[in-house]
Amino acid sequence: MTGATPWTIPSVRSSLEARKISAREMTADFYARIEKRNPELNAYLTLCPERAYAQADRIDALLSRGESLPPLAGVPVAIKDVISTRGVRTTCGSRILENYFPPYDASAVERLERAGAVLLGKTNCDEFAMGSSNENSAYGPVRNPLAPERVPGGSSGGSAAAVAAGLAVAALGTDTGGSIRQPGALCGIPAMMPSYGRVSRYGLIAFASSLDRIGPLATSVRDAAAVLRAIAGRDPNDSTSAGAPVPDYQAEIEKPVKGLRIGIPQEYFAEGMDPAVRKRVEAGIGLLRSLGCQPVELRMPHTDYAIATYYIIATAEASSNLARYDGVRYGLRVPGTTLLDMYRKTRGRGFGPEVKRRIMLGTYALSAGYYDAYYLKGQKVRALIARDFRDAFSRVDAIVTPTSPVPAFRLGERTADPLQMYLADIYTVTGSLAGVPGISVPCGKTPEGLPVGLQILAPLFGEARVLQLAYAFEKAGGSNV
Amino acid sequence: MKISREDVLHVAELAHLELSEGEVQSIQRELDSILTYMEKLGELETSQVEPLAQVLFDAPAQDKPGEEIALREDVAVACALTGEVLAGAPDPSPPYFRVPKVIDR
Repeated sequence: MTGATPWTIPSVRSSLEARKISAREMTADFYARIEKRNPELNAYLTLCPERAYAQADRIDALLSRGESLPPLAGVPVAIKDVISTRGVRTTCGSRILENYFPPYDASAVERLERAGAVLLGKTNCDEFAMGSSNENSAYGPVRNPLAPERVPGGSSGGSAAAVAAGLAVAALGTDTGGSIRQPGALCGIPAMMPSYGRVSRYGLIAFASSLDRIGPLATSVRDAAAVLRAIAGRDPNDSTSAGAPVPDYQAEIEKPVKGLRIGIPQEYFAEGMDPAVRKRVEAGIGLLRSLGCQPVELRMPHTDYAIATYYIIATAEASSNLARYDGVRYGLRVPGTTLLDMYRKTRGRGFGPEVKRRIMLGTYALSAGYYDAYYLKGQKVRALIARDFRDAFSRVDAIVTPTSPVPAFRLGERTADPLQMYLADIYTVTGSLAGVPGISVPCGKTPEGLPVGLQILAPLFGEARVLQLAYAFEKAGGSNV
Repeated sequence: MKISREDVLHVAELAHLELSEGEVQSIQRELDSILTYMEKLGELETSQVEPLAQVLFDAPAQDKPGEEIALREDVAVACALTGEVLAGAPDPSPPYFRVPKVIDR
């Protein structure tokens, strides 16, 4: 957003309806922006203009016939490259899928297009969504559009950068331990992780199946709500997708927040947070108080165990899910003298360092003699963390925390020690383990001008509550607090 | 050290992952530091805690009719994409995937 007001879903719609611009022109305008800005940012890995223009022409045809437009008509969107798109290269940020063209669309993609969205292309990400800085992509890091020498966060770094730079009106990301919310925070845009099961995972290339979620990144809370509405709901192709009714989120966000109790868990305000982040988050809580919300101090005693728990469960599930990349059915094959030799060489060559590290860690945690001590123990502590949330939500309507302990850091600054990178996920992995929905909403900037994110969490299927608070916060000037 | 060089080689074997000598060394070092950090879970007494494998089976919404996680009927449907799937394979021999000989293994 280089000074100009960014396009939003309502402004795209009103411009199309007023015939100020056609969907085809809108699409061309976004491709021109991408051509100009993407060489520096590396936010997009693959563009699909043929598909985009075909969809734009369908929208223009509806307009010329005077028919009513679907809710996201003509809205240019970007899709994280771990989400399958039929006939459009889907790499997962990995060499092992460098030439993979999925034979089908993810349900979320299908629903977006059915709602009229124009799919511009696929966005860069950490390899198989494993990372918090987008530096683990086999196709090079993404740069933060607000500070190009800094990371955009990860793993949905390309989606966040594309939206923040005005190269898409909205994007889909995926969140396993913070991968939507944290890049949203670091790029200064609203970014939402829905409840586990709220959005179908069909066609989402699996990282950790009990944690993975698809959700929207946008320039406003209202737009995030509109995208979520389009993609949420039961899908017969995902047995873990939930049948709970999908509310009209755009109507729900208008509800007053006065009197809502917001929990402030003390454990999230312990040491380790950048002082500039703390200041902004405290100011953000002050803003919510001024809107009539009632802060309630809470204890969530198992918070300190969340990183260890998360990295056991996520890597164990990943080691199992990534067993499918063996050079037989799709992706890279490195020839070998025997079948086993081919497997080993293909995987050794095709996966990057972080993915190998996690496969090793997860395989170790599941291996004979260690299963009980690591994986089973992790699942038990996960139950305790989920119980912390249940207890908290018996007292409050929502929980408010920082999204990330630090603002966008410099490229290369944190790559030396993987454990230190993992520890920065402290505020986001808890909600992932508990299955609850959460958003990161812009909450002022550090003195250096780097955006800070405020995380708002609500009980399972409480997306409307999350969005309602985020919308009130945004409207009250949260991004400048 | 929590994890030996032999452990690393054994786990790499289980994971069908070829590692260079440099990778064996760095993974040994990194896994050791991460596993040491994970020992903190031992501080918690969990003998009476039921493990949580998947959050939805624990969700209160499941008690409400119509909102349960119902498994669909397991009906076999012909796959219309066989051709496309095979076309994307590294070494297809329709209707099969071809792989190196396994008999002498």
